[in-house]
Amino acid sequence: MALPALTDWSPLRISLETSLVATLITLVLGVMAAAWRDRHTGPAMAFLDGVLLLPLVLPPTVVGFFLLLLFGRQGPIGRLLLRLGTTVVFSWPATVIAAAVVSFPLMYLTARAALQQVDHRYLEAARTLGAAEWRVFREVALPLAWPGILAGTILSFARALGEFGATLMVAGNIPGRTATIPIAIYFAVEADDLRTAVAWCAIDLVISFALLGALYYWTHAQGRARWVRH
Amino acid sequence: MALEIDISKKLTDLTLKVSFTSGSGPLGILGPSGAGKTMLLRCIAGLERPDYGRIVLEGRTLFDSDRDVQVPARARRIGMLFQNYALFPHRTVEENIAFGIDGMPRADIAQRVNTWLQRTHAEGVRRRYPHELSGGEQQRAALARALCIDPDTLLLDEPLSALDSHLRSQMEAQLQETFTTYRRPVLMVTHNIEEAYRLGTELLVLSHGRIAASGAKEEIFRHPPSLEVAQLTGCKNFSRARAISDHIVEAIDWGCRLRLARPLPASTAHVGIRAHHIDFEEASGTTAVGENVFPCQLVRSSETPFRVTLYLRLIRNSEDLGDGVSPHDLQAEVYKEKWQRFRDRPMPWHVRLSPEFLFPLPG
Repeated sequence: MALPALTDWSPLRISLETSLVATLITLVLGVMAAAWRDRHTGPAMAFLDGVLLLPLVLPPTVVGFFLLLLFGRQGPIGRLLLRLGTTVVFSWPATVIAAAVVSFPLMYLTARAALQQVDHRYLEAARTLGAAEWRVFREVALPLAWPGILAGTILSFARALGEFGATLMVAGNIPGRTATIPIAIYFAVEADDLRTAVAWCAIDLVISFALLGALYYWTHAQGRARWVRH
Repeated sequence: MALEIDISKKLTDLTLKVSFTSGSGPLGILGPSGAGKTMLLRCIAGLERPDYGRIVLEGRTLFDSDRDVQVPARARRIGMLFQNYALFPHRTVEENIAFGIDGMPRADIAQRVNTWLQRTHAEGVRRRYPHELSGGEQQRAALARALCIDPDTLLLDEPLSALDSHLRSQMEAQLQETFTTYRRPVLMVTHNIEEAYRLGTELLVLSHGRIAASGAKEEIFRHPPSLEVAQLTGCKNFSRARAISDHIVEAIDWGCRLRLARPLPASTAHVGIRAHHIDFEEASGTTAVGENVFPCQLVRSSETPFRVTLYLRLIRNSEDLGDGVSPHDLQAEVYKEKWQRFRDRPMPWHVRLSPEFLFPLPG
């Protein structure tokens, strides 16, 4: 089969930009939430865990619908934004929000597992050496948990890249602005443009393999960082 | 230069309740595992919060439940040597040591790190990661890291237990060297009797969360205040006892009367003697029975490279030479050279329980 010619490459750019920004957001928020949660226990925290992990188990269309309720013109955040003279639904930021929300639980889970695996004696040693909690986290916990967090980042990126349902609900299909690769594929198939659909599928396949390769590399080779590599 | 502690903390299976003051010089904290030794250190370091009490270091109140004072671990200036050293695996030795002296000019940090690398004889491994170090090198690095913050007290949790025996004496010398130059309170937790004795000048025996004995080590070993302390300090020979007069005791389990050098307290319930204090009448024929000398026979023996432990059964007046399967009364430890001299002598042998080595134990 000849390589189908793609006339519009914007979905690739939009997908990568969206996933990149969404992953950065989930990385920061996910690690912060995991670190915070590490220090708090109790039934309220279990409930919070449930809320944070909801996007993982809910159908993406349901997540998208909730986001629409929140960010829409009648929604609490939407109205606030409207007062500031802006709106996010059916715009590029909406693709980022959708991707960030659905990929957040993966980041949160892996970051938490990675932080929990850090031997608490290292943290205690750091404290007796005079380090404030922020420094304990940044210079001891984070570096030791980093391989796991990195794996979570790659998983989040992959999840953000594949996001379809929630994105369609809050961002729609605006070519050149909100149409990501999965959305481009869906609408290409719907328009009977199989050549375009196949082309995008091939591109997605390549990206996914690259991500899996990176994941393998980081968890197997680099994950055993230099201080444990022999 | 003192560390004052008076705390209690309820743990799952015991209550830690201790009160003592430690001056400069090493205090060995001896006790079986599960006695609360490590928890005590963690409370002092600020890693655990006691339920009640006070901790005062060099006049600084670190913890006071009445005034709701709880200084966080980072502000206590306490050097803690963890059981497995807890060196940061992602940092080199010098980076580990420098961790505690954040926030001063780079050159000063480097100089201080160098000083401590030299003092602990760890210069050779400064750029290595912890996993590349031997146990001894890890301990040197951990010691340097703990001392580099110029702590007001040094806490060591089983400092030698992670080391192979050949490294142990080497590191013991290192610790001794450190203790002589460091003139502030040092608390060293161990379950090893000999380690505690060799490294501590004072001893504190902890049992079930309570202080069973404290004071000069020689005194505790020579005159244990209780049966429990005698056992915890490694004494193997006990007999129930009843005071007959000021210096004479009836050893019920051993079936004999003994003279003690020290006057007996009225509350004497047991009498004990350490295994290596039991002596043998080598010159004797068969009639050498004198004061504190008793005929006995060997039940079994167990050899270590240089010493022999002899399990002995005393021969009571009313009994014959015995059946050879009865449990032993005494456990004696002698050097092999000595044992060679009398091992082939005919039974019965004669043990001497010297009056100065026998100690009474109150009930």
